[in-house]
Amino acid sequence: MKGKIAIVGDGDSITVFKAAGVATFPAETEAKAREVLRKIAREYKIIFLTEELARPLTEFLKRFDEEVYPVVLSIPSRSGSTGYGAEVLKSAMERALGVDILFNN
Amino acid sequence: MARLNVNPTRMELKKLKARLNTAVRGHKLLKDKSDEMIRRFSVIIKESKRLRDEVEKELSEVLRQFSVARSVTPAYKAETAFAMPSVAISADCGAASIMGVEVPELSLQADRKTALLPYAYPEITSEADYSVECAVRLLPKMLQLAQTEKTVRLLADEIERNKRRVNALEYVMIPQLEETIKYIKSKLDENERAAVVRLMKVKSNG
Repeated sequence: MKGKIAIVGDGDSITVFKAAGVATFPAETEAKAREVLRKIAREYKIIFLTEELARPLTEFLKRFDEEVYPVVLSIPSRSGSTGYGAEVLKSAMERALGVDILFNN
Repeated sequence: MARLNVNPTRMELKKLKARLNTAVRGHKLLKDKSDEMIRRFSVIIKESKRLRDEVEKELSEVLRQFSVARSVTPAYKAETAFAMPSVAISADCGAASIMGVEVPELSLQADRKTALLPYAYPEITSEADYSVECAVRLLPKMLQLAQTEKTVRLLADEIERNKRRVNALEYVMIPQLEETIKYIKSKLDENERAAVVRLMKVKSNG
């Protein structure tokens, strides 16, 4: 099965991926990102989302975890990593195992 | 623990015993499944952590480099150069199964000619070329991370659900059945004793 790749984020962080051939959807605010995601979730199988936008949308993103596709991945934006990715991992680990085996804090 | 609301008959006793048997067997199976899922999960989550660290580091590097590269190119030229990429990449999306949990399997489709940059403007500096190339090279890794992280989340959900099932069996279903079976047994014994006593009385009177 063939799946398309998209990236959602603020203009500067996503341009380089546009040049690399990924479909880009600029979104500066949380509300805009939500709208864009809703629109493209069926068409695109893999969606990269910058951490700044993923953080306020955590609840909204949960609905994508009920199905295998689309796969939504948070990536650091131009201003660097905010640690959101690690937080998501940590919460999944705590839910499943009840203990922290990676970060130890 | 509350006992089930059933009539204390031999029929019910037989049925309940069968149910208890099934419940115990099911509990054992689910517990084994849970153990194995947790084992796999801890492997995958370590992998995921490693990948994420790598991707975050490299991606920040690429983005930083690109913004430098862009700053030396006039904005409108950069916009036009990057606005119409001549390639569109896509990924192979499959599905795998880990302990009955369906998980995604992604790989970049390889029909792309990596030697060609997706734009053809002489205005673009070699720095920009380089960072786009880096981004392209990073994509397979990002896909792998996407796949691993999704797997982690799906597996975590399944482990949670499974745990709830195991607990429901262990702490509700099985004790309930055991208690009810005990109750029916004692009731039947009681009836039997009553019958014996009644018979003895009848005999001694007659």
